[in-house]
Amino acid sequence: MNFSLDWSFYNWDLISNFVIKGLGFSLMLTVIATLGGIFFGTVLALMRLSGKKWLDLPATIYVNGMRSIPLVMVILWFFLLVPLVIGKPIGAEMSAIITFIAFEAAYFSEIMRAGIQSVPRGQVFAGQALGMTYGQNMRLVVLPQAFRNMLPVLLTQTIILFQDTSLVYAIGAYDMLKGFEVAGKNFGRPMEAYLAAAVIYFVICFALSYWVKRLHKKIAIIR
Amino acid sequence: MNWDWQMFCEDTLDRTVREGCFGKDGDITYLDWMLSAWGWTVSVSLLALVLALVVGVVIGTLRTLENRPWTVRFGNAWVEFFRNIPLLVQIFIWYHVVPSIFPAMKSVSGFVLVVLALGFFTSARIAEQVRSGIQALPRGQRYAGMAMGFTTWQTYRYVLLPNAFRIIIPPLTSETMNIFKNSSVAFAVSVTELTMFAMQAQEETGRGIEVYLAVTGLYIVSAFTINRIMAFIEKRVRVPGLVAPGAAGGH
Repeated sequence: MNFSLDWSFYNWDLISNFVIKGLGFSLMLTVIATLGGIFFGTVLALMRLSGKKWLDLPATIYVNGMRSIPLVMVILWFFLLVPLVIGKPIGAEMSAIITFIAFEAAYFSEIMRAGIQSVPRGQVFAGQALGMTYGQNMRLVVLPQAFRNMLPVLLTQTIILFQDTSLVYAIGAYDMLKGFEVAGKNFGRPMEAYLAAAVIYFVICFALSYWVKRLHKKIAIIR
Repeated sequence: MNWDWQMFCEDTLDRTVREGCFGKDGDITYLDWMLSAWGWTVSVSLLALVLALVVGVVIGTLRTLENRPWTVRFGNAWVEFFRNIPLLVQIFIWYHVVPSIFPAMKSVSGFVLVVLALGFFTSARIAEQVRSGIQALPRGQRYAGMAMGFTTWQTYRYVLLPNAFRIIIPPLTSETMNIFKNSSVAFAVSVTELTMFAMQAQEETGRGIEVYLAVTGLYIVSAFTINRIMAFIEKRVRVPGLVAPGAAGGH
């Protein structure tokens, strides 16, 4: 067993030249994909709960289709198809953003569907009794409660999403893992690089999931 | 756009179309290659599943032991450790870091490393399911075992685990399907499973859409098969009258 780390690898140079750029992209991708995914996921969930077959069916096919394919394949698909559809090449980063919004929408839609169904029927009837339209009822009565009930689950999915951003490696987008990989190759220290990447991912995800756990307790008590 | 499905019948070296679509005498066509890639995906997934089930059940059970705080803490640490690092990073760790700590691992192939990485990664998730399955059982079950004079081992073996397994079959089904999906990450260390095949064949032939469609189809077939097998198992082991508490869903 000859295991020794070259600690001089960890210096400000590494952070400023390789890590910050990648971490920035990972975080940006997480935030954009979460917001976009929740928005389109809510639309998909409303389609599935609409009771109209022509809305329900395509949404169901989309959600189940996305959920049965590996994310890496989806990333590859979009990287191949999006340039064909819009007729000009887009970068790996832009392709990754579009992919993650489309992919996460399927997962967030399942969460939102459960959230909307967790709101008691009486709430919907109360809204209707007040003369609210479907839109008003959803916006003012149902969705706020659905979001609140599902907040911990939505955040847990966001943590998974943050971990999954490392998969943009497949198309060579420059995320945090890529930053460490490039640095590891440049300085011939892959071991130190991957260890550091693991530590940073762990710290971020562990801290977030700890916070979500506490949030969950808080929400559970008031209800 | 025009389709060119014939590319699957082409030889991978000289790109000539082979009769019958399968190569002979050691030559392989893209169809041969894809089927063998599917085989790799299935073997990585199944081996990792076995490892994940064994480790996951042990760790999950350790986390529910009473009056053993350090064992529980070890189990919790295990789960947090493997759950909070992305699978791809874990695979790189197995590939680049573990062999320098344990020189014996140097001669181990990428295939084995991927099975280990995927297996341990999934073991954390299965441990979490097993723990919640055991804790979902009424406390009286454990006490009943104790009242019968069972040792802790016997209580788990004959009372708690058989019940807990039936409760967690639905989440285990989705974990099994997840293993198949997650095995795609093996492309990163050059195991020629389906995703690796898709990337390379796309590059060589330029027929990305056909290749991706075929590979996506195989993934969907695999996922559907798993789903049916698990549904069959669930039906076979069902105990009449045992209503699984809180067994809804999983994701």
